[in-house]
Amino acid sequence: MTSTKETTLSTVSGETRTPLLKRLTGANTLWIGLVLLVLVAVFGAIRPDAVFQVTTLQFLLAETAVLLVLSVGMTFVIITSGIDLSVGSVLVFASVSSAMAMNAVSGGDATNAGWGVIGFGLLVALVSGAVWGLLNGLLISRAKIPALIVTLGSFGAAHGAALLLNNGSNVSGIPDRLNRTFGSGTWFGIPNIVIVAAIVTALGVLLLSTTRFGRYTYAVGSNEEAARRVGISVRGHLTKVYLLAGTLAGLAGFMGNAFFRVAVVTGHETDNLNAIAAVVLGGTSIFGGTGSVLGTVFGVFIPAVLEKGLVIIGVKEFWQPIAVAIVLVAAVWLDQTRRRARNQR
Amino acid sequence: MSEPLLEARDLTKNYGTVEALRGASFTAHPGEVVSLIGDNGAGKSTLVKCMSGVEQPTSGTLLFDGKPIVLSSPNDARDRGIETVFQDLAVAPDLDPAANMFLGREILKPGVLGWLGVLDKKAMRRQAKEHFTRFGASLQSIDVPIAALSGGQRQSVAVARSVAWASKLVFMDEPTAALGVVQRERVLEVIKRVRDEGVAVVLISHNMPEVLSVSDRVEVLRLGRRVARFKAADTTVEELVGAMTGALSHEDAA
Repeated sequence: MTSTKETTLSTVSGETRTPLLKRLTGANTLWIGLVLLVLVAVFGAIRPDAVFQVTTLQFLLAETAVLLVLSVGMTFVIITSGIDLSVGSVLVFASVSSAMAMNAVSGGDATNAGWGVIGFGLLVALVSGAVWGLLNGLLISRAKIPALIVTLGSFGAAHGAALLLNNGSNVSGIPDRLNRTFGSGTWFGIPNIVIVAAIVTALGVLLLSTTRFGRYTYAVGSNEEAARRVGISVRGHLTKVYLLAGTLAGLAGFMGNAFFRVAVVTGHETDNLNAIAAVVLGGTSIFGGTGSVLGTVFGVFIPAVLEKGLVIIGVKEFWQPIAVAIVLVAAVWLDQTRRRARNQR
Repeated sequence: MSEPLLEARDLTKNYGTVEALRGASFTAHPGEVVSLIGDNGAGKSTLVKCMSGVEQPTSGTLLFDGKPIVLSSPNDARDRGIETVFQDLAVAPDLDPAANMFLGREILKPGVLGWLGVLDKKAMRRQAKEHFTRFGASLQSIDVPIAALSGGQRQSVAVARSVAWASKLVFMDEPTAALGVVQRERVLEVIKRVRDEGVAVVLISHNMPEVLSVSDRVEVLRLGRRVARFKAADTTVEELVGAMTGALSHEDAA
């Protein structure tokens, strides 16, 4: 092998890693994070007394925790260039079936139930979420039905099934112990429900960015055919990703039970859209292949901070959806422009 | 001459009523560059697909190291050290060159972390860098998405990736089609180097001077059949074109 010929053509020294700072500023995540920071700073500057209050922040975090868990799953789905419209309905189904299961094993009312029953309720929530996720995944990957249609179907079906279970009413009887500890309890001022969401998010970050599962998620979304040709089981992987999203929706349903002390059958109709908006705001491409869980965290908090902040500074909160809509459309437009410029090379 | 490494005998392939291959044969020996040429629609791509496990022939036999084999998937071929550079590249544009090179063959961290599926990105980057340098793919950076590279650089990555894993044979479907002069030369250089390491290279190309300059042998396909075989040193562009168009034919014509 002649080494002279190679070094003239390939600049070995130039073939190094991009400096950390450049990598960071090149990432969407950083900019989205800055937007969030600026929002908090602006609201904080106008009303420091109201914004930086422990209760305000606690409430903001606790309310956002459930959506965050949904959005972590949604991030994986969207990176595969898929979509999951069913998460809110699956959440309701898991919430109702878990509450009813806890009541059933406690003779009709689980209010005074112990940890065994609570653990069983968690299991029921996770399994019922997983079943819907698996159903979505199999229909999308095996039957090749577009994800939009499959999950639009399960969006309706899961909600209908949840209504059927308890004849359309909310389910009460959530164990007090669950609400006291997990739902409204805090740990050094941080609501426990937020800690759980943070752990789920951290695991999501690790799963996506450091493991083979994460790498395949990107690969499938970036070029499904290329992934198939290198021997990745695309069908299996897609099934797993929707299974993950469903299971997380199940967990979110259980968190909701703990927080609200009741399994509610309404109020989650737009969870799917909120989660999608959060993921896209966070810099994940709706076309698949790129994105991050950390970006999604910022994307979840931008609408939440806007809503809370506008109320606190006395602007009608009806402006919130308008502001979010503008940021959302702008984010996708930027992503599209970037891709077009890139693909012209 | 050595024993054939891969031999296709009388392959046929029908897509519905269309006969893409009508008893095509092909031979590749270890450590040689053999070009597969033919006019559009002659069945080159179909033949390569059948020999790399992407498609299964309707009838006919494949021999690998003299033994009959069935390649039911690209993985089957890959397990035997047969790789393919596809015409449409088939890279994941959002992943960096190292990730693409190791796609489907990720290196995991040792111990518990590896068992959990954690990638050893550093090791992959290091090996990929060594490999790209060795095969002359000049990249400014090893960690930008493939999409940020020029067409030629993407091509070099695709070629380098296949060559990295091909221990026996590599199919290259028009590997120089999108390249500039310098990069074309470099890919041809890579082809020769791979051959010198004892790997068989099957080159599909429309560029006759290129075929003659890099190949040891040339096999000509016409209307789904092998119609001629040449030693590259003893033939001319005119002769090749004549065989491709049917103006002259040597064998299998019956």
